[in-house]
Amino acid sequence: MKSVHPYDELLRTDRIPHIWCPGCGIGTAFSSMLAAIKESALPLEDFAVVSGIGCTGRVAGYLKLDSFHTTHGRALPFATGLKLGNPRLNVVTFSGDGDLFAIGGNHFIHAARRNIDLAVFCVNNFNYGMTGGQVAPTTPYGAKTATTPMGNDEWPFNLPLLAYAVGAVYVARWTTLHVRRLTDAIREVFDRRGFRFIEILAPCPTAYGRRNRMKAPLDVLKYFEARVRVRHDADPAEAQIDLESPIVVGKFVDRKRPTFLDLWSKRYAPDEDEEVHVA
Amino acid sequence: MEGVKFWRKPLDWEMIQVTRGRVHIFEDRCKGCGYCIAYCPRDVLSFTDRFNRKGYHVPSALKEEECVNCHFCEIICPDFAIYSEEIPQPKEIEL
Amino acid sequence: MNGDVACAEGAIAAGCRFFAGYPITPATEVAEHMAVRLPYLGGMHIQMEDEIASMAAILGASWAGQKAMTSTSGPGFSLMMENLGLGIVTETPCVVVNVQRAGPSTGLPTLVAQGDMMQARWGSHGHYEIIALVPSSPQEAFDYTIRAFNLSEKYRVPVLLMTDEVVGHMMEKVTIPPKSAIRLVSRRKPRGAKARHQPFSADASHIPPMATAGDGYFMHITGLTHDSRGYPGMDAPTQKEMVERLVAKIRTHAEEIMDVEEYLLEDARVVLVSYGVSVRSSLKAMFEARDRGMKVGLLKLNTVWPFPERRVRELATTMDALITVEINLGQIALEVERSAAGRAATDLVGHAGGTIIEPGAILEAIEARCLNV
Ligand code: SF4
Ligand code: SF4
Repeated sequence: MKSVHPYDELLRTDRIPHIWCPGCGIGTAFSSMLAAIKESALPLEDFAVVSGIGCTGRVAGYLKLDSFHTTHGRALPFATGLKLGNPRLNVVTFSGDGDLFAIGGNHFIHAARRNIDLAVFCVNNFNYGMTGGQVAPTTPYGAKTATTPMGNDEWPFNLPLLAYAVGAVYVARWTTLHVRRLTDAIREVFDRRGFRFIEILAPCPTAYGRRNRMKAPLDVLKYFEARVRVRHDADPAEAQIDLESPIVVGKFVDRKRPTFLDLWSKRYAPDEDEEVHVA
Repeated sequence: MEGVKFWRKPLDWEMIQVTRGRVHIFEDRCKGCGYCIAYCPRDVLSFTDRFNRKGYHVPSALKEEECVNCHFCEIICPDFAIYSEEIPQPKEIEL
Repeated sequence: MNGDVACAEGAIAAGCRFFAGYPITPATEVAEHMAVRLPYLGGMHIQMEDEIASMAAILGASWAGQKAMTSTSGPGFSLMMENLGLGIVTETPCVVVNVQRAGPSTGLPTLVAQGDMMQARWGSHGHYEIIALVPSSPQEAFDYTIRAFNLSEKYRVPVLLMTDEVVGHMMEKVTIPPKSAIRLVSRRKPRGAKARHQPFSADASHIPPMATAGDGYFMHITGLTHDSRGYPGMDAPTQKEMVERLVAKIRTHAEEIMDVEEYLLEDARVVLVSYGVSVRSSLKAMFEARDRGMKVGLLKLNTVWPFPERRVRELATTMDALITVEINLGQIALEVERSAAGRAATDLVGHAGGTIIEPGAILEAIEARCLNV
């Protein structure tokens, strides 16, 4: 029997199997996005997906949509140019924690501050997987990585709190275990406008799990299962991740704020009620 | 799997007809992570002695008739290696 | 108007409707002028968080179908090198203006130099070819910005406009021709079935047609080494094919791209080679030397990259000496020396920056050669 996977229409199947390791959560986060894209029934040609560098950055290369695999950390300013250059586009940024928050941190805070109309999905696997598992700005205090062999002595970012503070209009966190809720959240994000952010906690069994007593892919999901608490409308300040406390997931923020293009068109094209189209 | 449910159960679950599904496994894409097996709400899948060409341990749908077409395996699979589809039911079983 | 404003007006005349930049002396006036003009032309100016973001944003806008530009000076130019490379490898048309000031580092923010010429050529990592134009007046800033857009659209490559602090801030009359007299070039669009479109498949011109995001081509564009489908290919053969085509795309069209002007070369024995603001000092020195009976001419480089190697080599076979005049301690002089390959003597009149080259210094160099030969 010849059957076709339902996501194949959105995939460059000639490039599958992908490069990610067995059990890597990026694949799950990716398939949640594909499920949401299919469910949304939005026109596929309006999507433009922008990634940076790293394991997660490779998502762009497997998607059969307009997809841009840019430089390390620069997915957001590239996406900003795409969106402002053609406001009709539904611009999605899909990248990793190191890419978006270490090298790209400055771009994140400014894109959110401006409220550029972008859906931003960050796969957080707590380390730099592509280069072999170095410490990231999201590595929990005490966790072991290739560059913190005795344990991490830095405090990680609380990404939902950060996104909230800099102005994101939608902020949620899910894990790759919560695929249905994650898919629903992504679909919800496609219905909103403005700078929207979902942090997706994901296993990197190869580089991070191995060093932190979660060798098998399933160990990480079991860990999420044991530690995660779903709480909607929680205070993002409670979303800090450490090695002891429960991990809060859910939708933290869902608010309205005029986007950059809203304000721009109000000032320069007040007669049009639609978004201003450049050129 | 006890405790947390990762699939929402509709409130009218008992009233509506239970959908029946069938899983398709693309063994060549599978990397043997076991997520689909561990988190299938109906325990449809198991490892057997089947391995794919790359040596990954692949799941088999041993309790195929239990599948309710919830698509959970389909989305959690990081490798696009499994999906479920509905088996159309004859009208008369409808409650 | 000054050279910075002329450059902005040139961009507008060329059809640029997206500008992203970051304030920096002495280039800020370009951005400020775009901020005033673009919104009323249906375009957009955005001030980004830094020059890295500015460069990334214009690449994004270019894929959205816009003619896009950024402007900066040395420190920002350094930051742009990363995404300039992305623009080269993804063959993204755009224009980057560098109003040069004296470096290294923060250097002399308000004072002139021409010290970024080699950075323009090799500043981003890896092997590539680039196009760089150099205006020597506000009029040329206007004209060459239009040409920069045309070249970038035609060859699908970021084009650099290497102006400088003096040209940027110099006030001169600029004639803006009627719209009908300005020839504009736009990128070639793909034809044929969208599903079969290969974003990097080129004909004999080596220049692939370019689709726009949102047009339903479902293309993948990556900074990784890629094949004609745009798919990453992590091996030496794919690398060879891609890089050689990127290089060939410029080299095989070098004669069309290159633009030089020649002054009084018919009977000359010594030729000055100069570009940008230094052309002005060179012209003055040349006329004075002529008045004193010295047979000197000038080769004015309007495009510096690709370098007009063949013309310089020809001149080297007939001239006694080539004197490069530039505000650095020898950058284009190295190219002149390489191209001359010992057929003529080669000298440099240059200094570390902060002021223009005094015509007197050039005159001395001419005299030294004319009296020796
Ligand atoms: S190294 Fe980690 S993040 Fe990268 S593919 Fe493997 S599991 Fe995924
Ligand atoms: S989740 Fe996918 S890759 Fe993992 S064992 Fe199941 S079918 Fe194979």
